[in-house]
Amino acid sequence: MKDGFEGLPDLSGGPGERLLARGVSRRDFLKVCTGIAAAMGLPLGMGAQIAEAVTNPKRPPVIWLSAQECTGCTESLLRTNHPTLEKLILELISLDYHETLNAGAGKQCEEALKKSMQENKGKYILVVDGSIPVKDGGIYCKIGGKTVLSLLEEQGSQAAAVIAIGSCSSWGGMPSAYPNPTGATPVHAIFKEKGIKTPVVNIPGCPPNGYNFLSTVLYLLTFKKLPQLDEEGRPKFAYGRLIHDNCERRPHFDAGRFALEFGDDGHRKGYCLYKLGCKGPETYNNCPTLLYNDAGSQAWPVGTGHPCFGCSENKVGFNIPLHTPAVLKDVTPPVNFPGIVEDKGKGVTVAGAAIAAGVAGAAIGVAAATSKNLGKKDKDKGKSDPESKES
Amino acid sequence: MRTVENALGMEIPLNAQYIRNMIMGAHATHDHIVHFYHLAALDWVDIVSALKADPRAVARLGEKLSPWPHNTYQEIKANQDKLKTFVGSGQLGVYASGYWGHPAMKLSPDVNMLAAHHYLQALEYQREINRVVAVLGSKTPHIQNVAVGGVANAINPDSPDVLNTERLFYIKSIIDKVDDFVENVLLVDTAAVGAFYADWTKYGAGVMNYLSVPDMPMDTKGTVFELPGGYIPDGDISKFTAIKSYQDPFFRDNVKESIKHSWYDGDWDKHPFEEDTVPKYTDFQDKGKYSWVKSPTFRGKPAQVGPLANVLCMYAAGHGPTKKYVDKTLATVSALAGAKVGVGALHSTIGRIAARSVRCAVLFDTLKNQWKALMDNIEKGDMRTFNRPTFPKGEQRGFGFHEAPRGALSHWIVIKDGVTKNYQAVVPSTWNAGPRNSQDAMGPYEASLIGNPVAVPEKPLEVLRTVHSFDPCLACAIHLFDKEHDEIVRVKAV
Repeated sequence: MKDGFEGLPDLSGGPGERLLARGVSRRDFLKVCTGIAAAMGLPLGMGAQIAEAVTNPKRPPVIWLSAQECTGCTESLLRTNHPTLEKLILELISLDYHETLNAGAGKQCEEALKKSMQENKGKYILVVDGSIPVKDGGIYCKIGGKTVLSLLEEQGSQAAAVIAIGSCSSWGGMPSAYPNPTGATPVHAIFKEKGIKTPVVNIPGCPPNGYNFLSTVLYLLTFKKLPQLDEEGRPKFAYGRLIHDNCERRPHFDAGRFALEFGDDGHRKGYCLYKLGCKGPETYNNCPTLLYNDAGSQAWPVGTGHPCFGCSENKVGFNIPLHTPAVLKDVTPPVNFPGIVEDKGKGVTVAGAAIAAGVAGAAIGVAAATSKNLGKKDKDKGKSDPESKES
Repeated sequence: MRTVENALGMEIPLNAQYIRNMIMGAHATHDHIVHFYHLAALDWVDIVSALKADPRAVARLGEKLSPWPHNTYQEIKANQDKLKTFVGSGQLGVYASGYWGHPAMKLSPDVNMLAAHHYLQALEYQREINRVVAVLGSKTPHIQNVAVGGVANAINPDSPDVLNTERLFYIKSIIDKVDDFVENVLLVDTAAVGAFYADWTKYGAGVMNYLSVPDMPMDTKGTVFELPGGYIPDGDISKFTAIKSYQDPFFRDNVKESIKHSWYDGDWDKHPFEEDTVPKYTDFQDKGKYSWVKSPTFRGKPAQVGPLANVLCMYAAGHGPTKKYVDKTLATVSALAGAKVGVGALHSTIGRIAARSVRCAVLFDTLKNQWKALMDNIEKGDMRTFNRPTFPKGEQRGFGFHEAPRGALSHWIVIKDGVTKNYQAVVPSTWNAGPRNSQDAMGPYEASLIGNPVAVPEKPLEVLRTVHSFDPCLACAIHLFDKEHDEIVRVKAV
């Protein structure tokens, strides 16, 4: 996937404009709008307001398709402040279909969906959360009698762009974990197989930080193009750096200071969680800099004392056991880090160990930074063994 | 976590219990606020009608109903203007499919506008209380601080990098900010909706065997709880039996699931320790299999779970705060409806909604208590948050339960030589949404729709009211059939 997408269709313009362009008179159009307002029981005068709004640039239409999901991705948007969910759907976009948020149900929702797809063909943004089950003809997820596989083909092929929100739609996520009973498949893989050319942006995470999704939407609305993406189709502004490289506990890693068990002395001093299986060294995400839920310091997994489990990283989250040490992407650490506390009379002193580790750690840090600066990345080294399933 | 801890016979440090409890309390407060205002209220409140309201009259109504200080004319007018601009844009988005002007919508424009005003305000308060979950749980949703044996949070008032005084008092300030929103807005609004739709106390009772589990453990073993739970058969609260501990055989031995009508291979009733889950899809069969959901039973019968079951059980157990908020809600409803409304009215669609708000008020109070318990324990010098689990050879069986926002949740595990041999989750929406069981007895959703009115068959708003009152945690497909078994409408409830 290359960076950015040229030729992304214009997302503005609406049915009103098209009606007027087709020669419907402004007077007739106003009449229609007044009729709509009356039918809805709206106060007098709102017909003119609707007519004006419909002929003005519209809020970009967005259709949200939920596949095999837990609604966590939607929930993450209930927690954002800049912008808030209400600002997003009342002022910035027109969220025309979303199973959890639709005010109506059944037939009324399906009609709203069909209407938006017809009016905005090639112009709407499709958001997909959840993985797509393909096993047994896709019967493991159906909406209104149709498989979500067929709905994705139909809605995806007519969209201007797709945002795959969450690990499930980005790379399969939790439902794709061994033994993957439903054949859970990500959106981009379905598109590749079906020859659908619509560009896909992946926003992995379980769920992703709401701001990584919102910033992608705001980027689209502001710059009228997709953000720069990495090889995995992820926006660089969010997934451009390893968690390990921005972690507030990194100095402890470099100095060889580790927590060995929850609640031990090192853990209570905020030491590095590498030895507890933290996957920060192989997970690309902005958790440590962005933090979660506008709740101040420490509001992310490593910040509260729990190792990162690589929820956003393909082949890491839901694949590698929680406490299995991470594969280091750029450097290999010394085989034996000094322990935190040695029994009296045995081994090195705490201070001695820290000094020795500090020297080694500084060297590792420099090496890592240098290889980063040179853009060198040993991809194969970072790949985990796909056979090592949690039993 | 509780399931594995139960299998291993573990005790959990007090601090870990309190931290888990605070997360549950804050999460449930957020969850119940969102369910009422954002996922259920629009079944009862007509947003389009609200645009015709007089904001000054709405402010007067708000002042009459509650001491909440944010029902001013200016605030209400600003929100009405926001909605007018939105509707005036002609792009109604997710609201385009709503049942505006439906004959079952009975509220006046002023009442509709007051509810719409709180719909917008509630978004801010649910965000606020959720920060407690983020501080303790790392992020929300999907917390990442729990571990078998306790929590991954480290407590150290003398460290800049872990749970310290600043973080603990930040939590307190969030709780203080949310303050009386639950009691003076949510509880009042649900009582008002209940009073104006008093006829809905007659519909939607369905299955009246109620199951809930005790929660908010206050000791290391799970034998003392702040919130009681248990079982009420036949809607008779005098027959309440308490579930007393994490080891109680009354719960452990009485749960089974049937798959006669579910898309799994076989036809059996089995205890969760003995079950399997082997998919076998057949499409919809009227008399055969028709759902992905299994059918749980308690003592061989379907049971309703959720806030109503929880509130009735806590009420039956004589839990003080529950009695206080139930009585307050019923008093408000009675005053507005001009007739005495008793506890019996809770066995209904609208009662289920009222019970959720009562539970929200109880849980918010619990959150405050748990914060104080944690601070008191830290003050005593206890900083422990984790006991290391060890997995012995041989087979262990364990079960763990939690009174989740949608009701009694239980997980069941069989461990063999340190490896999971079987794992089953019997979750709240399975209890409520389950199809007919092996005896062909209906589950709570199905039973609650018997006699439910439907004014306009193609727009079955009233069906949504009853199904949404359970707060379904699934994108379930509900199929309505007329007497001739022709499908007349499909409803998707979320």
